[in-house]
Amino acid sequence: MSGIVPDPIARQPWRMLFPLFVLIGFGALVLFSAAGGSWDPYASSHVIRFLVFLPMAFVISMFSRELAQFFAFPIYIVIILMLMAVEAIGFVGGGSQRWLDLGFMQLQPSELMKPALVLVLARFYANLPIGLIPTWRSVVPAAALIGAPVALVLLQPDLGTSLALAFGGAVVMFVAGLPLRWFLAAGAAAAVLAPIAFFFGLQPYQQRRVFTFLDPESDPLGDGYHITQSKIAIGSGGLSGKGFNEGSQSHLNYLPEPQTDFIFSTMAEEWGFIGGLVVIGAFAMILGWGLKTARESQDRFGKLLATGMTATIFFYVAINLMMVMGLAPVVGIPLPFMSHGGSSMMTNMICIGSLMMVARWNRRAPRTGLIS
Amino acid sequence: MGLRNRNKRRDIVSQTTLDNAFDRRTFAIGTAMGGLGVLLAARMGYIAIAENEKYELESESNRVNLSLIPPRRGWLLDRNGAPLASNRADFRVDIIPERTPDPDRTVAVLTDILELDENQSADVLKRIEDSPGFQPVEVASGLKYDQFAAVSVRLPDLPGVVPQRGFSRFYPTGPSVGHLIGYVGPANAEEYEEQDRNPLLITPGYKIGKDALEQQFELDLRGIPGARRVEVTASGRIVRDLETREDVQGDPVRLTIDGPLQDYAARRIGLESGSCVVMDCETGDVLCMSSMPSFDPNSFSQGIGRVEYAMLRDDERVPLRNKVLKGLYPPGSTVKPMHCMAFLDAGVKPEETIICGGGRRIGNRFFNCWSNHGSVDMAKAIYQSCDSYFYHFAQQVGFDHVAKWAHKMGLGEEFPLPVTSQFYGTVPDPAWKKKKFDQDWQPYDTVNSSIGQGYYLTSPLQLAVMSARLATGNRVMPRLRLTDDKPRFEHFDFSPEEIGYVRQAMSDTVNGPGTAGRARLPFDDILMAGKTGTAQVVSLSISDGRTGPWKYRDHGLFVFFAPFDKPKYAGAVVIEHGGGSGSAYPIARDVMTFMFDPAKGMEALRPLEEQWGGTAQQRLNQKYRAYAAAAGEAVPPVPERDEDIFDQVEAEARVAARQPEAIAEEASPSRVDTRSAEEVSEDTSSARPTSPGSTTQPTPADDPE
Repeated sequence: MSGIVPDPIARQPWRMLFPLFVLIGFGALVLFSAAGGSWDPYASSHVIRFLVFLPMAFVISMFSRELAQFFAFPIYIVIILMLMAVEAIGFVGGGSQRWLDLGFMQLQPSELMKPALVLVLARFYANLPIGLIPTWRSVVPAAALIGAPVALVLLQPDLGTSLALAFGGAVVMFVAGLPLRWFLAAGAAAAVLAPIAFFFGLQPYQQRRVFTFLDPESDPLGDGYHITQSKIAIGSGGLSGKGFNEGSQSHLNYLPEPQTDFIFSTMAEEWGFIGGLVVIGAFAMILGWGLKTARESQDRFGKLLATGMTATIFFYVAINLMMVMGLAPVVGIPLPFMSHGGSSMMTNMICIGSLMMVARWNRRAPRTGLIS
Repeated sequence: MGLRNRNKRRDIVSQTTLDNAFDRRTFAIGTAMGGLGVLLAARMGYIAIAENEKYELESESNRVNLSLIPPRRGWLLDRNGAPLASNRADFRVDIIPERTPDPDRTVAVLTDILELDENQSADVLKRIEDSPGFQPVEVASGLKYDQFAAVSVRLPDLPGVVPQRGFSRFYPTGPSVGHLIGYVGPANAEEYEEQDRNPLLITPGYKIGKDALEQQFELDLRGIPGARRVEVTASGRIVRDLETREDVQGDPVRLTIDGPLQDYAARRIGLESGSCVVMDCETGDVLCMSSMPSFDPNSFSQGIGRVEYAMLRDDERVPLRNKVLKGLYPPGSTVKPMHCMAFLDAGVKPEETIICGGGRRIGNRFFNCWSNHGSVDMAKAIYQSCDSYFYHFAQQVGFDHVAKWAHKMGLGEEFPLPVTSQFYGTVPDPAWKKKKFDQDWQPYDTVNSSIGQGYYLTSPLQLAVMSARLATGNRVMPRLRLTDDKPRFEHFDFSPEEIGYVRQAMSDTVNGPGTAGRARLPFDDILMAGKTGTAQVVSLSISDGRTGPWKYRDHGLFVFFAPFDKPKYAGAVVIEHGGGSGSAYPIARDVMTFMFDPAKGMEALRPLEEQWGGTAQQRLNQKYRAYAAAAGEAVPPVPERDEDIFDQVEAEARVAARQPEAIAEEASPSRVDTRSAEEVSEDTSSARPTSPGSTTQPTPADDPE
């Protein structure tokens, strides 16, 4: 690289960073509106958090492959212990709990577990002898690594996060090359077990959410309220929206949680279909860059890590957008980089940092065709 | 293809096959992600563009709340344009807690301005604490304009305080018009269903006519509601006003009623239970339809209390029944002049006489008269009310013929009036008796019916109509709604001499040697004609009809018209259990006195009211307070009346209106009641311009002597 742009800046992954800044900035504007036309309390803290977590992502991207592999299991175990601590405190305190109070911040271990699980699975498959891939020895340890946190998070209970964990783990297993028929068999089993799990495993409020999702108009003032109001917000925005700071659904409190789970609806009401395309397009660029990074990676660890991190971000985006458009039941999953909330920002920036780390490794060892 | 191959050779896994699998599978994942992205974009496009119209509408209906402003109800006016039912501005002050940063201070200031006591301000603070915040809390209502204005000017210092102006139905003369006009109240579930679920009916504060004229003229009086569009949050808090359309007040309905006369008659009935009807003989206009005791429609329009309603319901004098239309009484001797008309029609000559020997033999039985009248012709039969004469001639012409004339004169008939119900009573005849009791008509039936007893039942309105028809010889039809056209009535086939004969005889009842000498009007040039009547309630073996328990006493009746030779007004007075006609005709006399000379009429009423303990309204209030005290309930003091514009339909207003004329004509000083006139004219000088009609009433003093 040459020219007026200094090399350290020019070599950054602008293909991802530019849409990321767009999302953060756009998110700040929407949060400004969601607070009724004020930087406080959402928009300013949103930007400040990003400014804290962006350097953190750059720090993560500096780690070497060896260091990342070395820390994979210790990090995983520490977070498992933290999840158990949350359970224990919740048990002692007599109620469900999702976070640990560290004094200076409230830490949600289940959020940290999402990238940690991807990391540990990538580490496991990278070091697994290739010959063992089609055998049970490739499945059972991985299933245990996934099952332990999923079970702990389900106990909280937090269905959304446990699904996200299972999804991230499954994607890593999928791209690790495990036989396809196992996935088909698992899918068939899930199809059979899903109704049983639905009726015996879910809490009544969760069951109701699913029913509501299937027929939101049946109870427009009760459980269907969220979905209905969200669709009204998106639908009334039209092509170009009602204008910045003019959204009546969010300003008059018809839209629930306009700053977190339903921020896309808040945005769509004021910016319309065009704003929605910008957001979806930005996510497509970030996720596309993530997949490209994975495919360009030279080693198995980097490939699996990058794919898993991309899938984790994707899961957030896909479930959130499907929810606000009435394509999925209401689960409390925020939209990455736009929703107000520290934990989700941290998780997603860890994912971004990890992807940047893999991208840096790729630059260091350009694809040559040599076996790593 | 490749996947299948790999599955078959699963033991042979190399780095290359893994890399290939990774590339294929990431490609599949990427494709799935992209596909989902396209799906989401398409879904959003569908919602935002294809269904945009639908959702925009829903968003608007979320945002905008339409509330109806109840229309002001049209006024009910008397014949001179004075309001019998109007709307009183109701001033109130509310507080919206969430807009009030310091409720303690604000309430302290309001307590000072509105002169609230400690309990009231403590209550208000408690309610502010308990309220959801956005909902207004009432601080005080029924305020005087001065207080309302004082709060309004200090609004900048009182954030969250909302002075409001509403309207409530107001009946200036209260109980005097209760039965005539009815009252208003919130619509009930059936009324809401009946009127096609009109949303106006369930608007808070909206009231519909519930009885009598208020109900009959509901659609005229209703008006068109206004609307207010406001932006509201999901929790219902109003953010701002968007648009307001004013209501259109309902049309006024002008009645034939003469407000002051109505009030006077109601008050003159006094402690008695009875009714008084006065009609204009030329037009059929019903000038007064008073029925007492009554209720105060103002109490109903503000939502009547449980205690007050119990008091009305338990009263043996049935203040909830309109006795003019729904009180049925044996007419007694009041039908005698009408029976004479029937005899004349049958060819009986007025000069024909019979001998009353304290009674008369009809068939093979002897029937008593109330006195021994000797030789009796038609005139004497009327003014002396001789029963024997009617026994004889009713038997002679046949009661079928008499009953036919009773119907022609309005008895047993219903009239096309805008009232909720009227009872038509009974005029007995052989066919009726056969149908009703399956018995043949007997001579004693003729005897009883000929003097208005037996099965005969009439309402006071029918008696008044009979009186008007008798006086004019025209088929006068009563009406309640004033129109400009002068109705034409069918004339009965009587010669002027025949009519004059009966008029003279009825005049003699009052002004001659008749039964009602005390009914004479206090004017030299206006003579009233009339006929007394007494209706027995129980047999003489239980009570003599004049003393003893109230409910066993005879009803007193009187029908009249005046001036006797050129009848202008006709009417009837019925006093329930008054102990005879002596209870009825003084009322008729004073009402007609008031008609021709209000000052003189008031002169007669004032000492009576002092003796009774106040006007009808005052007595009703006192009675309610006493009743409530007995029931152990506290009753708030009666609100003051400081809006004198509404006082113009009171009886005193007529005196005040006449005052200037009286001064102009010093020649007849008897009409000037200095004390009351001055006193009242001060209060009601503002009311003068709207009651010019009162000056058009003919008064004897206006005629040059």
